[in-house]
Amino acid sequence: MAEFTLPKMSKVQKGKRFAAKPGAKQVRNFKVYRWDPDTGGNPRLDTYEVDVSGCAMVLDVLLKIKNEIDPTLTLRRSCREGVCGSCAMNIDGENTLACIKGLDELPAGDVSIYPLPHMPVVKDLVPDLTHFYAQYASIKPWLQTESSPGSRERLQSPEDRKHLDGLYECILCACCSTSCPSYWWNPDRFLGPAILLQAYRWIIDSRDEATGERLDDLDDPFKLYRCHTIMNCTNTCPKGLNPARAIGEIKQLLVNRTV
Amino acid sequence: MSNTRPLSPHLGIYRWRINMLQSTLHRLTGLFLCVGTLLLAWGLIAAASGGTPWNAFTAFCGSWIGLVLLFLWSWSLLFHLCNGIQHLLRDMGRNFGPPTRDRAHNPGYWSTGWLVIGASVVLALLVWVILFMHVAGGAA
Repeated sequence: MAEFTLPKMSKVQKGKRFAAKPGAKQVRNFKVYRWDPDTGGNPRLDTYEVDVSGCAMVLDVLLKIKNEIDPTLTLRRSCREGVCGSCAMNIDGENTLACIKGLDELPAGDVSIYPLPHMPVVKDLVPDLTHFYAQYASIKPWLQTESSPGSRERLQSPEDRKHLDGLYECILCACCSTSCPSYWWNPDRFLGPAILLQAYRWIIDSRDEATGERLDDLDDPFKLYRCHTIMNCTNTCPKGLNPARAIGEIKQLLVNRTV
Repeated sequence: MSNTRPLSPHLGIYRWRINMLQSTLHRLTGLFLCVGTLLLAWGLIAAASGGTPWNAFTAFCGSWIGLVLLFLWSWSLLFHLCNGIQHLLRDMGRNFGPPTRDRAHNPGYWSTGWLVIGASVVLALLVWVILFMHVAGGAA
C-alpha cells in the first residue's frame, strides 16, 4: 500500500543558514538536504548563499560549498561529464545529474537539492543503491547463449545492432527508477524503469539466446506490470533515453507471443 | 544501521507535471465512477418501483447537488475514456514521445496530457449542452 507521507524520523526539518561571504558578486541560495548518521536525528534542509560566479553546473556549486563553505557536505561524484551516473540527485524537483545540469537551465530563485527520492539515505545526498543493484543482477545482464561460440566473436548485422541504440547508453544512474511513483510504492517487487530498460536491452539483442526465459521471468504482475505509463522516467532521464518505450516494447512482446 | 536510515523525500518534493496529474486523475475518476454505480443502481431500482421512489430519485438528480455530481460523473467517465485511449495507444507501442535519438539532442518534458484533459472537458460540456437543448426542446 502506498504511503504518501514520510515516516516520522524522516521528516525534513529547518536547518542552518550559511550567509554569503562579504564581497560576493552573484549570490544564489541553495537549499540542500542534510543527514548525518553519526549525529542521527531528523534530516534537515540547510541553506547556502553561494557566489555562483565561475560556476556553470550544479555540481560546480556543490563542490564550491564543500571546498569553501562546509566541508561536511557529502555527495557522490566522479566523471563530471555525465558518463558515470554518480552525481544523480533531485535538483529543483526533478532527478538529473548534477554535473550536466546547467545553472542557466534552472528557473530563477532558490534551488532545492535532495537525494534521489524514496531511497534510504546513507548520508546527505548519498542514497543506498544496494537494492537497485540487486534488482539489476536479477535480470542477468549478460549475454546468454546455448550455441557454440565458434572460432571468433559472435557477429551482429548493422540492422540488428541498431536495435540497441537508445538502450546501451543507459548509465544506471537510477534517476528514472527513483522518479517513478509506481517504484516509490512498490520498490521491493516492481523492477522499475532502469532495470526494465536494461532487461529489454538483452531481450532485443540478436546474439542472446535466452529471450524466452527472459520474457518468462518478467511476465509477472509486479516485476513488469506495475508500470502504468506515468512517463516520469522518460521525462527525467538525463541521457535523453526512453525507458517507458522500452517497457512498452516488452509488454508488446509478451502479448505477441500469446496471440 | 540500515533501519535507522531516513527515507528520502518523494511525492512532497517532486515537480508535478501534467503526466503525473493525469495518472492521479485516472485513479481518482475510476474510484469516483465506482461510487457513481450506486446512483445508477438507485435509479434502476427507483424506476422499477415507480411512484414515490422514482419521484425522490428525479428530485435528487434535478437538485443543485445532484446536477453537480452528475456533471462530475459525466466528466469522470469521459476523462477515463480519453485517458484510456492514451493507455491503449501506449500499450500498442505508440505515443511515447520523440524518438530517443532526437531526445538525446533535445531532452526535456513531453506529454499529450493537456490534449486528453482538454478533450474530456470539451466532450463533457458538449454532452450537457445537448442534454439541456433536448430538455428545452422537449418542454417547448
